[in-house]
Amino acid sequence: MRPRIQLLGADLIGRILREAFELLMNPGVRVGSAVVELLRAAGVEVGVATNDGVAHIPEPLVQQCLASVPRDFYLYNRQGEKAVHYGGDDVHFDPGSCCVQMLDPETLEARPSETRDLVRIVQVAEMLPQFAAQSTAVVCNDAVACNGIGAPSAIGDLYRLFIVLQHSDKPVVTGSFSAAGLQGMMYLLVADTGSPEKLRQQPRAVFDVCPSPPLNWSEFGSHNLIDLARAGVPAEIVSMPLAGGTAPVTLAGSVTQHAAEVLAGITLHQLAGPGSPVVWGGAPAIFDMRTGGAPMGAVETAMLNMACAEVGKHLGLPTHGYLVATDAKFVDAQAGAESARSAMLGTLAGINMISGAGMIESLACFSVEKLVIDAESIASAQRLARGIEVRGQEVRGDDVRGETLATAMFAQTGLSGEFLKLKETRALFRQEQYLPSPVIDRSARGLEPPSDVFTRARARVDELVSQYRKPSLSEDVLRKFQAVVKREAERESEREADRGGLATALPRNWAL
Amino acid sequence: MSDPLFGAMLQSIIDGAPDKAAELARRALANGVDPLEAVNLGFAVGITFAGDQFGCGQMFLPDLLASAEAMKAAMDILEPEMLKRGSERERLGKVVLGTARGDIHDIGKNLVATILSASGFQIFDLGSSVTPEQFVAKAKEVDADIVGVSALLTTTMAGQKAVIEALDRNGLRPRVKAIIGGAAVTSKWAAEIGADGYSRNAIDAVELAKNLMGRVLTRGTVRA
Repeated sequence: MRPRIQLLGADLIGRILREAFELLMNPGVRVGSAVVELLRAAGVEVGVATNDGVAHIPEPLVQQCLASVPRDFYLYNRQGEKAVHYGGDDVHFDPGSCCVQMLDPETLEARPSETRDLVRIVQVAEMLPQFAAQSTAVVCNDAVACNGIGAPSAIGDLYRLFIVLQHSDKPVVTGSFSAAGLQGMMYLLVADTGSPEKLRQQPRAVFDVCPSPPLNWSEFGSHNLIDLARAGVPAEIVSMPLAGGTAPVTLAGSVTQHAAEVLAGITLHQLAGPGSPVVWGGAPAIFDMRTGGAPMGAVETAMLNMACAEVGKHLGLPTHGYLVATDAKFVDAQAGAESARSAMLGTLAGINMISGAGMIESLACFSVEKLVIDAESIASAQRLARGIEVRGQEVRGDDVRGETLATAMFAQTGLSGEFLKLKETRALFRQEQYLPSPVIDRSARGLEPPSDVFTRARARVDELVSQYRKPSLSEDVLRKFQAVVKREAERESEREADRGGLATALPRNWAL
Repeated sequence: MSDPLFGAMLQSIIDGAPDKAAELARRALANGVDPLEAVNLGFAVGITFAGDQFGCGQMFLPDLLASAEAMKAAMDILEPEMLKRGSERERLGKVVLGTARGDIHDIGKNLVATILSASGFQIFDLGSSVTPEQFVAKAKEVDADIVGVSALLTTTMAGQKAVIEALDRNGLRPRVKAIIGGAAVTSKWAAEIGADGYSRNAIDAVELAKNLMGRVLTRGTVRA
C-alpha cells in the first residue's frame, strides 16, 4: 500500500472546480493580445481589443480543451531514455530555479551567482539519483551585462540552458523570461536532440510558464504558452497565488484561484496546440502578514501545493509543485525542518515534479550544500512513499519459506538473535532501508570531535564534484550550441540598442 | 472637547473601523472641536500606536491597512474643515510612488502609499509599470521631496536604477531623495545604485521617509 495524504476529498474538489469555472466567466481572465484572436475564433468574448483585454471563458470550451490534454508524458535524457514520468502518482524532484544569489560556504554570505555556481549545482545534481531532472538553477550574473545588473534577460535564459545542456545528460526543468528568449532556447534544444520533430517526440525539457495573480495571463506568458503548444514542447503552468496577498486568504479560496488560472492557461495552450503536453503546476504560497513575503517553508504553503496538485490529479493531469525550500538565511535547523517536511508532504501527495531543493531565503538564494542535505530528505520521503512491503520471495530456495513475515526467519535463528547472519538480512536490507550518505550523522561518538551537517555537506559537495564526469558532446553539437548562443546574443544586442540599452556581453570564456 | 472623545478616536483607528472614525470626526466638528486637535490628539495618535504595534509583532498587515483606512475616513471629514479654517495638518513631505517599468506587482507599493499617507505624507501614486520619465515629470510637477520605486522581480530591479539615473540627469537630486523597496531588493542593491534609502517593509518606510525629510530640513536650515 502506497501511503498518501489527501486534503480535499471529492466534494470539496467539485466545489473548487465549480467556482473556478465561475471565475473564468466572472470576473474573467486578463489575457495578452497574442491570444485574443485565438480566443475569439473559439467564440470567447474578449473585452477591449487592445492589450490585456479581459476574456470570459465558458466552461464547455475549457472542458473541451481539458479533454485534449495528454494524461501523461515523459521527459527523455540525452541518451533518449525515458527519465521522468509526468503522470499518475510518480514523484520526481529537481533543484529550485532561477535564483539570483548564491550562499558562499566560506563567508556564509549571499553573493551574486555566477556561471561557476550553476556549473557546480549541475555537477552535484547530476551525481545525485534523487534529482531526476536538472533545473536552470541560478542566474549567471557574470554572463548578462545587457541590463546592468545581471538580471535574467532573453540571453540570460538561453545562456543558463546552454550551460546546463553542456554539463548534464538529465532532462531539464527550465523557463524563459521573454518570448524572444524562448525561441533561442528552442533552437538550443533542437540542436541537442537533432530536429524539431525529435524534440516533440522525445522532449528533453519542460518550460515553466507563469500567470500573474490574480487571473492574469500577461503578454509574454500568453505568448510563451502558445509558442510551446505549437512546438509540442511540454509547458508547465506555474500559477502562484499568495493567499491573503494576491489571492483569497483562505487556502480553499487560493486553491480555487489557482485552478482558474491553470484552467485558463490550459485553454489557451490547447487552443494553440491541441494534444500538446501541459502540466498542472504551481508555486502557491501564503502571504506573510508581518513581512508581506511569500514564506516557502510554511506548512500552509505545503498544504496549498498539495491541494492544488490534488485538483489536477482529480482532472487526470500531470502535476507539479514548488517545495523543499526554506525561508531561513542559512543552512540551519529551520532550513532542514522546513525542507524535509515539505519534501515528505509533497511526496505523499504524489506530485509528479517537485521543484525547489537547494533554495533558502524564500527562493532568493541557492546553497549547493543545502542541495545535498535536501537530497537526503528526498530519499527519506521516497522511502516513506514505498511504504511497508511484504517481501521474502527473492530469497526462496533451499528450505527458506519466503512468504512469511517473521516465522521463517525465526525458524532459522530460534532464540539466538543472530539475524545479522541470515541470508535474508543480506539480501533485503538494501531494499528495506535507505542507506544515507555521510551527510547524515549516525555514528557513535569517537575520538574525533563530531561535525555539524553543514561541514559534512561541504565535504559531500566536494566529493561529488570530484567524481563528476562531463558528458561527451560531439563537436558538431557543441558548434551548433555556440552558434545559437552567439546569434541570439547578437540579436539581443540589437534589440537592446533599439531600446537604448547597453550591449549584451557574454563572459570571456563562455564557449567552455 | 473631551478626553473620552480623543480616546474613542484613537480606539477607532486601532480597531480599524472607518465608519466609527468618520462618525467621531463628524461629532468632533459638531461639538466645536478644532479639527487639527482631533487629528493630533486623537486619530494620529492611533495610527502611530498601530505602527508601533506592527513593529513589535502585535499587529499584522491586514490590521495596519484597516487602521490606515479608518485614518483616511476621518481625514476625509476633517480636511475640508481644516482647509476652510486655513489650518492644515502638518505635511511631512511629498512622496511620488510607483513600481518600476515592467513590474505589475503593486501590493508592496500600495501598502507603502497607504501607511505613508496615514502617517502624514502627501502621496502621488503613479501606479504600476512606471517609466523613469514619468517619475521625473511628476517629481518636477509636484515639487516632490521623495521618489519611491518598488520592484518585486529581479528582472525589473534595473528599472529602479534607471529612475535614479533619470533623477540625476534632470538635476533633481540630491534635493529629491530616491528610495527603493520590493521583495528582491536589498540594502546592498540600494547602495550599489546610489539610492538614498531602502526599507524592508511599509512601517520602516515611514521611519526612512521621516529621517530623509529631517536631513532635508537640516540642510535647508544650514543654507538659510
